[in-house]
Amino acid sequence: MDTSAMILFVQTILSATWRLATPMIYASIGEVFTERSGVLNIGLEGFMLLGAFAGFAVAYFTGSLALGILGAVLCGLIFGLLFALFTVTIKANQIVVGAAFNLIGRGLTGFLYRAWFVNKAQGVQAFPPIDIPYLNAIPFLGPVLFRHNILVYCTVPLMLIAGFVLYKTAFGLAVRSVGEHPKAADTAGVSVSLIRYAGVLIGTTLTSLGGAYLTLAHTNQFVEGITTGRGFIALAVVVFGRWSPKGAFWSSLLFGLFYALQLRLQAIANITIPYQFLQALPYVMTLLTLILLRGRAISPKALGVPYQKSA
Amino acid sequence: MNDPSRETTMTMQERSVARPGMCLLPKAVLRIAPRLLAMISPIAAIVLALFISMLLLIAAGYNPARAYTVMWQGAFGDLRAISEVLIKATPLILIGSGLAVAFRCSIWNIGAEGQFYAGAVGATIVGIFITSLPSYLMIPLVLLVGTLLGALWGMLAGYLRVRFNANEIVTTIMLNYIAIIGTGYLVTGPLMDPAGGKYPQTARIVEAAMLPRFLPPTRLHIGFIIALIVAVILYLLIFKTSIGYAIRTVGINPVTARYAGIHVERHVLLAMAISGGAAGLAGAIEVAGISFRLYQQISPGYGFEGIAVALLANNHPLGIILSGILFGALRSGAEVMQISAKVPSVLVFVIQGLVILCVVAFGLYRLHSRWEPRPEKE
Repeated sequence: MDTSAMILFVQTILSATWRLATPMIYASIGEVFTERSGVLNIGLEGFMLLGAFAGFAVAYFTGSLALGILGAVLCGLIFGLLFALFTVTIKANQIVVGAAFNLIGRGLTGFLYRAWFVNKAQGVQAFPPIDIPYLNAIPFLGPVLFRHNILVYCTVPLMLIAGFVLYKTAFGLAVRSVGEHPKAADTAGVSVSLIRYAGVLIGTTLTSLGGAYLTLAHTNQFVEGITTGRGFIALAVVVFGRWSPKGAFWSSLLFGLFYALQLRLQAIANITIPYQFLQALPYVMTLLTLILLRGRAISPKALGVPYQKSA
Repeated sequence: MNDPSRETTMTMQERSVARPGMCLLPKAVLRIAPRLLAMISPIAAIVLALFISMLLLIAAGYNPARAYTVMWQGAFGDLRAISEVLIKATPLILIGSGLAVAFRCSIWNIGAEGQFYAGAVGATIVGIFITSLPSYLMIPLVLLVGTLLGALWGMLAGYLRVRFNANEIVTTIMLNYIAIIGTGYLVTGPLMDPAGGKYPQTARIVEAAMLPRFLPPTRLHIGFIIALIVAVILYLLIFKTSIGYAIRTVGINPVTARYAGIHVERHVLLAMAISGGAAGLAGAIEVAGISFRLYQQISPGYGFEGIAVALLANNHPLGIILSGILFGALRSGAEVMQISAKVPSVLVFVIQGLVILCVVAFGLYRLHSRWEPRPEKE
């Protein structure tokens, strides 16, 4: 490979990195709020599938991408309410409920897809890339940063707003205190349940949006199991990003890079490594990063523990 | 509510407050009622889950009566159908009762799927390459190697947890992907059947490694009996041995366990080894009893389904025998439903998820774990 080909190669990978990271950015920033409020949602994979399907189905039947996004948001809210009902109000074991939502997400989307869409598998008109004028012409950086679709660009303001909300507002303080010491928050007059409902709903809605990105922007149709573990990886991203929106954003990009590398290297014909080794790359890297992180990942203290108001 | 001291104060209060109505109920009824309720609630949960799924069937334009009839016949219609249910229940019982050990230790092993694959790989390698042993040595060897590989795959996550404090939910999920992709590599690369054309599968294992079938002409093999025995052994281990007691203590409160002199890390590793070993054994039995060779996607998600099987039975291995058969019936019936009534079989995942939620909703679900409400210290 000569230099210009090498530059092109790196450019393609970096430009794909952000696009591939986007669903994980939405899901992991959402889950940061959920976990910071003390609730662990291991059902992200299910929620992402539900959002991917809801977004696609609504956009397909109405012909409107905006309504598709709205559909995904509503789907995230409705199923999120159900999740919160079980984990916060009923105080059920959060792992159990999360596992159930993974099953329901997989089953419901697969069932409805086969019932409604089989034999008429056309896609929708996906979100087009928007070239930012002038900036997109910058050599190298232009294609990497300024030729994406709207949902990819939105991840940056999302990260900034999420950081502001979590660290600079009363609501953010409430979320963090409820996740660290619910009893103290309760004494100070914060409604633990209300904040946890909010934390769960922010998480499920953003995860659902991340799913819709897959069917409305990244590709233009729904496929069974389209998320291929991205919801689970988002869980790892939250840990790796140390429960902060900024951390989640950059760790998602790191995992996006693994994905992009893997896809790009597979596409190179003369490479001699078996493709499965490349396929396994994101998962192996997740394990390695967790090992490197040892001891430094301190989770919110009340994570996973339902709050029982003592009588 | 777990706090025993609080319960005593409750009864004290009840005693002091005069409630004449309460006295009319015989003590025996009061004692039996919760147990009865605990037994009925899973059944009620299944009924409710099937009812909600019925609404879904109607909404999607299917005839639910026909779908459920076909499903029932597919599961229990004749001897062959019943034997297929038990064949599908075999890995679920093994995986579920293994997971019960991990869950009782509050180790959230989501990695049974990968451990199943590891066991299947181990069994296949032995079954292909060792050709000269008699059946009575070969079968134990195949199952043993499968169990060991599954246990090792599980212990890897356990080791990452105790050594690097790596969240086992994340690591076991990653190890699932790695095991599945690794199997894909083996069956398309080094282990690919040289005589099999381009199919991504290994050669057949030798005759001596195949599990005997005891109910011809059905495919029911001794793996089912092994699963029952393992479930009973794990029941005894959890509830009747000091190791089981230590594992449960670690699960309820690791800090207390440490004060009590229990080596927490060792028991975490042990719990992961047992649950991984059971899943590995399930993989080995699948190869030696049904498929006779390894191929991509040899598991249709048994590892994930096993989680639901364990949770539905409240992590009690004897209950897991029943919930394993139930889920086997759901899956087996759903396959027939898909063929005869054209209803997508993925519906079964919705039913399974709903069963879990319904059990939870009935509020009788109790899993003693660090995720449970801890009694607040005043």
